[in-house]
Amino acid sequence: MEFLLTPASVLLLFAFFFIGSVGAVFIERLFSDNGKMAGFWGHGFALLGSLLGLAISVSVLFFGQGIAFTLPTVFPNFLLDFRLDGIAAFFFGIISLVSALASIYGFGYQKHFYGKYRLGVFSFFYNAFIASLLLVPIANHALFFLLAWELMSVASYFLVVFENQKEENIKAGFLYFLMTHFGTVFVMIAFFLAYKATGSFLFDDWRAATGTITPLIQGIIFGAALIGFGTKAGIIPLHIWLPEAHPAAPSHVSALMSGVMVKTALFMLFRFFFDFFPGAPMEWGLVIILIGSLSALLGILYALSENDIKRLFAFSTVENVGIILLGLGAGVTFFSIGLESFALFSLAAALYHTLNHAIFKSLLFLGAGSVVEATGTRNMESYGGLIKLLPFTAGFFLVGSLAISAFPPFNGFASEWLTFQSLFIGMTSAEMIIKVVFFIAIGSLVFTSGLAAACFVKTFGATFLARPRTEEAKNAKEVSVFMLLPMGILALLSFLLGINATTVVASLIAIIASIGLIRPVTLQFPFSEFIQARADFAAILPLESIALLLGLVFLLSFGAIWFVTRSRKIVVGPTWDCGTPLGPRGEITSGSFSRSLVTIFRGILRPTRQSTVEYHDEDMRYFIKSQEIRTSMSDPYRKGIYQPIGVVLHFLASQARRIQSGNVNMYILYLFLTLIILLLWATHV
Amino acid sequence: MNTLLFIFQLLIVPALSPLGIGFIRKVKARMQNRVGASVFQPYRDLWKLFQKDEVISEDASWIFRFSPYLIFAITILIGASIPVIAAVPVALDFLPSFSFLPAGDFLVIIYLFALMTFFLALSGMDTGSAFGGFGSSREMMVAALAEAGLLFSLLAVSVTAESGNVVAMVGNLQYLPLQALFPLLIAFLAFIIALLAENARFPVDNPATHLELTMIHEAMILEHSGKRLALMEWAAANKLLIFILLAVNLFFPWGVSLSYDSFSGLLVSTLLVVGKSAILLFGIAFLESTMAKFRIFRVPDLLLTSFVLGVIALAISITF
Repeated sequence: MEFLLTPASVLLLFAFFFIGSVGAVFIERLFSDNGKMAGFWGHGFALLGSLLGLAISVSVLFFGQGIAFTLPTVFPNFLLDFRLDGIAAFFFGIISLVSALASIYGFGYQKHFYGKYRLGVFSFFYNAFIASLLLVPIANHALFFLLAWELMSVASYFLVVFENQKEENIKAGFLYFLMTHFGTVFVMIAFFLAYKATGSFLFDDWRAATGTITPLIQGIIFGAALIGFGTKAGIIPLHIWLPEAHPAAPSHVSALMSGVMVKTALFMLFRFFFDFFPGAPMEWGLVIILIGSLSALLGILYALSENDIKRLFAFSTVENVGIILLGLGAGVTFFSIGLESFALFSLAAALYHTLNHAIFKSLLFLGAGSVVEATGTRNMESYGGLIKLLPFTAGFFLVGSLAISAFPPFNGFASEWLTFQSLFIGMTSAEMIIKVVFFIAIGSLVFTSGLAAACFVKTFGATFLARPRTEEAKNAKEVSVFMLLPMGILALLSFLLGINATTVVASLIAIIASIGLIRPVTLQFPFSEFIQARADFAAILPLESIALLLGLVFLLSFGAIWFVTRSRKIVVGPTWDCGTPLGPRGEITSGSFSRSLVTIFRGILRPTRQSTVEYHDEDMRYFIKSQEIRTSMSDPYRKGIYQPIGVVLHFLASQARRIQSGNVNMYILYLFLTLIILLLWATHV
Repeated sequence: MNTLLFIFQLLIVPALSPLGIGFIRKVKARMQNRVGASVFQPYRDLWKLFQKDEVISEDASWIFRFSPYLIFAITILIGASIPVIAAVPVALDFLPSFSFLPAGDFLVIIYLFALMTFFLALSGMDTGSAFGGFGSSREMMVAALAEAGLLFSLLAVSVTAESGNVVAMVGNLQYLPLQALFPLLIAFLAFIIALLAENARFPVDNPATHLELTMIHEAMILEHSGKRLALMEWAAANKLLIFILLAVNLFFPWGVSLSYDSFSGLLVSTLLVVGKSAILLFGIAFLESTMAKFRIFRVPDLLLTSFVLGVIALAISITF
């Protein structure tokens, strides 16, 4: 047990991933079995490492004692400094949990790739990706962090383009690579400004330097961090890579990217605003809330108009990141106006939703992976009736849909309820500007939750209910037990995290309250507050008793009605068809389900529609031979923001080309001039 | 004693809800110069449906079979958690943690209704009929937009009453001066629009038609028959009564008894609640007899009006 709280356990964890990644490449060379062994090796070690990670974070949180250590390096300004404190352990635990389940899923999913793609290479990047995900929250040195961050981006890039026979994956990967480095640039700006202001790359020195930084520099640091990490988190309008890259990756990697990778960015925002440089002015809180409101509402609208199941989930991730930002922004605002207990409450809401989203989004992505595996397509218009063919997948998927639409007693409701409450508190604040912003946030959140329900009725209904619309859907088969087991665990967790809301919130508050400590890391849980918070919360929302009551009432009414009507017969017959044969064309599809809402929000979504009609006789237009209608959404971000930027960049690049004449003498002249300028500058300084 | 009250709260809404439907139908019939069926006809309809055998589509899954029970149970739970004639939290004697109080949180009520709509829409899609699918699509459109007006109007009440629980709200509101309740009048308008939309009444939906172009709620339950249809109809009646009771008890809280002890107080409270509910039901029937249903794409305008009214009410109540 004590071993888990030592640096050795953390190093052992990374050793697992190292063996998993490098070993798989060799294993693939040794066995000629289409990569089967290599896949098992890679996923197996990833599973071992993740389970160890889960054990470490649980013991850190349970015993209230962090892990901090430094490994020596040969570079003077580069330290491998680790710090696993309460908040890091929380994220570390989320990442480990989802990685462990995704790896189990991988055992079943990998047969997808036998003979087609090299599983050794996949395992290499898969392990590297999880290892870097786990490094990000515990890296305690700016340059070390950047290394981990970059490793995470590169490894996930290779996973996105892993299925490189599809051209759209390559494109998606390129967009992802571009956007993620755009974000990294801003992260670097924030880091180097912080270095300039504090004179150190160590995060601990930043914590110690609180209050010595000028407000202007601090503001620029915050802005750069928000843009840099916001790109990774997928806030609107920096989200454009999410719906391309998340669907392109293999499904369990999508679950990791959507479920936990975006969370690492939120974790760093949390660190920046509450740990490194606490005491951000109120305006930053309000800005975060506004960004959150925009991302939540637009995210769910785009999700609603989507017919590709994995793209839909990627947009829904944008929405949920928005909801998390609402809690985070409310926390910043409350801290700045001195309402610490409310801030704690809002941050608990944000962290709770982070945890919940990791759980149910991974569940949904894994479910989508099973559906794609069974039908061979991501287009929801081609599904239908899968509940009878994939009963277990359907059941788990339903739980995920209920949780993400925030229905009691599932976990999504608990965190959304908390987010609502923190917004309600802010709304009654005395300052007008705070009031207005919180008002907007409430409006956005209520529409978001309503539309989320519509979106997931559509997703579940179009995928699993009614009759199959294509031959592929008709012949779908339930997926293997390796793929069902992780979904089952996640579904169970969704339920348990919902009904144990009271305990979860109390622990989250304790984790947040443990921030802001100096080495050696020990977490001091303030037990009096802990108990008080728990008691307060239990008085407000005991979800377990709501669940119990609902269950009881359900059983009572079911029992009574069954008893009264037990002698009635049930005849099974065809659906009423109004005289026309029942076919797939008579059923509602994903596109038509959301059409009315898309029409209502056409000002935002800008649906496009092209139709072509061919007549039997062009002069007498009564008899239509064929008709084709294409509907789609226009992408205002690409057209309005990214394309103009691309044009400008292209122009600048073509101007810069002029100095590249291709003449070697010319280049030597450039070198010479540069040298002289540098010398002059050096002597001047 | 408490156990009796517990059972009373569970049963009162489902016992009275068909009467509300019957009352609306009777008023509508009289306004059309018809005698109309007895106000007790909905009870007979339910009885009849429970006697009948069922036909279930071969395409339907367990969602279709399970949904009516869940939907019905949700309405029972909410019905037990709201103040009907007395705003008193009731728990079982031998199990005090078994209380309806937590389900009376207004966000919980809204989300439980949303859960009900979710399963209603799913069971509409489940049979693969074109009617069910479109009914579900329209229902989710209406529900998604109506939620905002509902939440903001209840939030205005909650802010004024300084509580999130409907039982406590009714009690707190009674002690407030009359002028403090002014914003609630605006919130009431917002709530009424949400009520009409959520309960598939005019001008959003026509509860009396089976014309495919216009129906929303009826389209979803078209494939249900026998006891499952009875449950769906009964649940819809419960939902209407719950909304009516919330409307009269939250926005006009006077007279609602604050304990179960005094018999005379309960009598007065009962008379007042029945009177107020009858007026509101009459209003709904009057509205349905005198105005036409809106075109489906006019409905969002109405629902946004409800949202804006809710925002105004809330803005007034947090400013003053």
